[in-house]
Amino acid sequence: MHESMLVFRKRRYLWVALTMSFVAIAAYWLHDPQEPPNGGTALGYTLGTVATLLIVWLAWFGVRKRRYSSTLGSVQGWLSAHVYFGIALVLIALLHSGFQFGINVHTLAFVLMMLVVLSGLYGVYVYLKIPQRVSENRKGTSRAELVSQLEDIDSRSQRVAQGLSDEFQELTASAASRTQLGGSLWSRLSGRDESQVVIKADGQTGVVPNPGQEAVLDWLADQQSRSSDAEVAAAIGELSALTRNKRRLLRQMKEDIRLQATLEAWLYLHVPLTAALLVALVTHIVTVFLYW
Amino acid sequence: MIYDVVIVGGGPAGLSAAAHAAQTGMSHVLLEATGAHANTIQRYQKGKHVMAEPAVVPLRSELEFTAGTREAVLGAWQLGIEKHSIDVRYGGEVTAIRGARANFEVTLSDGETLRAGSVVLAIGLQGNPRKLGVSGEDAPIVQYSLDDPDEYQDETIVIVGAGDAAIENAVALARNNKVVIVNRRDEFARAKDANLALISRAIDDGTINCFYKTNVESVDSTESNIVLNTETGQTRLQCQRIIARLGAIPPRRFVEACGVEFPSDDLTTLPELSGHYESNVAGLYIIGALAGYPLIKQAMNQGYEVIEYIAGNDIVPADHGILEQKFQGLPFGLDVDQTLSLLRDRVPLFADINGLVLRELVLASELKTPQPGDVIFQKNDYTNSFLSIVEGEVDVEIEGGKSIRLNQGQFFGEMSLLSGRRRSATVRAAGACVLLESPRREVIKLMNTYEQVRLVIDEHFIARTLRAGLVPDAPFKELQAIAGTTELIAYKADEILFNEGDEADGLHLIRSGSISVSRRIGGRDIVTSYVAAGNYVGEMGLIGQSTRSATVKATVATESIFLRADVFLQMLERNEGLRERVQETVRERLSENLRMEAQPESGDLISFLMQQGLGEATDVLLIDEALCVGCDNCEKACAATHGGTSRLDRAAGPSYAEIHVPTSCRHCEDPHCMKDCPPDAIRRAPNGEVYIEDSCIGCGNCGRNCPYGVIQMAGEKEKASNLFNWIMTGRGAEPGERKALASAGSLKKAVKCDMCKDLSGGPACVRACPTGAAIRMSPAEFVNLTKEAS
Repeated sequence: MHESMLVFRKRRYLWVALTMSFVAIAAYWLHDPQEPPNGGTALGYTLGTVATLLIVWLAWFGVRKRRYSSTLGSVQGWLSAHVYFGIALVLIALLHSGFQFGINVHTLAFVLMMLVVLSGLYGVYVYLKIPQRVSENRKGTSRAELVSQLEDIDSRSQRVAQGLSDEFQELTASAASRTQLGGSLWSRLSGRDESQVVIKADGQTGVVPNPGQEAVLDWLADQQSRSSDAEVAAAIGELSALTRNKRRLLRQMKEDIRLQATLEAWLYLHVPLTAALLVALVTHIVTVFLYW
Repeated sequence: MIYDVVIVGGGPAGLSAAAHAAQTGMSHVLLEATGAHANTIQRYQKGKHVMAEPAVVPLRSELEFTAGTREAVLGAWQLGIEKHSIDVRYGGEVTAIRGARANFEVTLSDGETLRAGSVVLAIGLQGNPRKLGVSGEDAPIVQYSLDDPDEYQDETIVIVGAGDAAIENAVALARNNKVVIVNRRDEFARAKDANLALISRAIDDGTINCFYKTNVESVDSTESNIVLNTETGQTRLQCQRIIARLGAIPPRRFVEACGVEFPSDDLTTLPELSGHYESNVAGLYIIGALAGYPLIKQAMNQGYEVIEYIAGNDIVPADHGILEQKFQGLPFGLDVDQTLSLLRDRVPLFADINGLVLRELVLASELKTPQPGDVIFQKNDYTNSFLSIVEGEVDVEIEGGKSIRLNQGQFFGEMSLLSGRRRSATVRAAGACVLLESPRREVIKLMNTYEQVRLVIDEHFIARTLRAGLVPDAPFKELQAIAGTTELIAYKADEILFNEGDEADGLHLIRSGSISVSRRIGGRDIVTSYVAAGNYVGEMGLIGQSTRSATVKATVATESIFLRADVFLQMLERNEGLRERVQETVRERLSENLRMEAQPESGDLISFLMQQGLGEATDVLLIDEALCVGCDNCEKACAATHGGTSRLDRAAGPSYAEIHVPTSCRHCEDPHCMKDCPPDAIRRAPNGEVYIEDSCIGCGNCGRNCPYGVIQMAGEKEKASNLFNWIMTGRGAEPGERKALASAGSLKKAVKCDMCKDLSGGPACVRACPTGAAIRMSPAEFVNLTKEAS
């Protein structure tokens, strides 16, 4: 209960990974081939085989995660092992290569593998850090509740505007319908606010950007300063207050969207890179045996 | 003329009776208060699938009935009405039934009086809608139900009422209409919380106009207006439509006015009927839901049977064969009726109950014949059936390897039945036995109907609780005497049992529900513990101090057995070892208190969890927000392993101190969903899982009764696609939630979490969580949760 994937079962898989690494280093140390260490020696082949099996097993996580009826361990256990074995893989692959690099298909496989591991490490970092920030930002409110609070503010604004002239009604209606957060992965990650609003000025109607509801607030401030009717001024003041509330709420939602996107985005690198790695790995193995 | 039979109520029972009367040439009339047959089914939504449970019972009726859409079922009955030339009088509302066999007078609302030899009451339980009670209440602009709110556009509609139906109608109509709601009081106190929030918001933002403390004076149909008596005087509103949702008049008072007696005042009580469905009024028969048979097929069978009985034919009921089968393999070698009377003779608890009720109880029960040494149930199982010993003896294993022997005529299993908690002891057959195992629902019904049955079961419960928790060696007679001095007290959620500083006047044994204990420290209340049913509280004030050292509050609806201080002190003197046992409990609780007081935030977390109704949970899914990455793998796992519909909603629900309570079943001790399930399809498995069987008829009662919104109605989903095909080619869908099958139509059944009881390895949601955020636990473990969190 309540343990992260890293401390799962007293770090069982960390110890397995460390043992595996230690054995590999010891073997490399003790092995004394005729030629410089490389993938073609007996140890090189052995380490290469181990690394290949590890890569296939690591990629299999994507399958295990979705085999919901499987009783082979828990997904948390698999992920814990996935992380530690993935890190150990770097060492084993390095020892397999005998630290020989070049501009060739073999090194390509290694580079892709490193990218996969690095993106995975970033994923671990994100998984450990972000959830707490999501929780702090939400303050116990679910996303659906945030949305309903937003709708509530919009409908209250529109009712206040009903007591004012047409321009106010158009303003609040368009500010509500043109509020936009999120969208593409990029806009979610960057926390962009693509809201717009239709504003009537000097008899002209125009769609203007309204990030953070700034355009609405500016326009309302302008109207309030010109208003001479106390009742109208009070209504505008109420609209401003509601819009400031909305701004605060949008900021909170934007942060929520951004954090959630951060939790997902790294997978868009990790998974395709894994596919590429598998292709490069097959090419690496085939070419090695072809030119034996 | 004098009809052979007047049938009141044109639902399945009444229609079937009328059809058989017509077929056998009895002179008859069927009186239906509304304008169409089977009014309840007419009001189902279009295309709703009507099911034909129970499958084992054959249909015995002149009318056809198979599972199908509402339209098909109603259409078949309409054809039947025509084919058999049933004499139906629509709009025939009965206001009074007087007389007895051969001489009944049935008065209708239009003043007409019909005479009849026999009367069959088949009016169901829905009752007629309560009317406005003012002039114009039947005007064409007034209606008492609303089928489809989207049917009306741009009208001014006045809704009268303040209950859930009124609010739901008002809110739905307000989308396209101008809505005014008229409330007799100054608040909407009767409504559910969600509806209260909806209506309050709609009134605040002006989408609905509300008249509080207002009565309807009159309705003027020609002018299309309604006159209201408001706090400030009369006002007249122009409107196109008036919808009054004032609830229904339960039929009981009408039935009583006909002279029918009920055995108790409890509202769930059924009228006393003979084996021929005849009430205490000779010639007045009651069938269908009002007689306790809510399923369509049963009601139709009774319609057929009642006409046979009136004609003087003593046929066996349609379910006779089922009883015959049940009694096969019993060592008595008796026929059905003889076996039934043997049961009554052997088990004193059944001595005074009505034959039809006993028959129903046995129909719903199982007869078991365990061999010597067989386990009947295990300690800590979650089963809650009630067992009566028809023959033989059983041993109840108590602490220290000892056991208590129960013999023929006694009963056991009432502890879990009443508390909703696990079995408190293992029971084994001491010799070859015959046991009648009755489901909880039937026994509760029996207890509500027969005061005597309730008293006997209650007394045993109290005596056995005392023995289990306090005085294991006391003789049963003495325990019974103590039981006689106790008082059973019911508390609502959040009600206080006693306050810190109160005089200590007794001990509370928690019978059902649960309580929280809090102390006032540094000016605020800090929850120090949670105590579940089966335990006691209040002992501290009784040994040592004389005032209460803490405040005890019910977390959910709770029943406590109150043991007076003087009786308890007497028990202390008489029973060796009791003082030590109680002191041990006090010592444990004091050390727990010290720990909790050192970290008030854990108390706050427990309070929060209790506010979510988790005081009545047995096993709840919680999510640690500090670990949850929002991948929804839990939901996908749930859907993938349960026909493509997830039974949990991870994102919904409140959170506190990084603990999130998602919308998901918590398997209540006394499940609300089980309360009103017509086919009795909701069951509890031995490990505590509350699940729904295939015999669900899709009525949706369980979903409405669940306060936590964890039951949904779901139809069949598309077949799961192949995982590798999806990974390699992207064809098909990712495993998880699946699309509804187009051919499934409106056939929907209730679905909920079954804790993956049929999967090896435990709940899929927890096993699929990659980060370990999803955890399942029982309320008793909440304390550990905070231990780790802090």
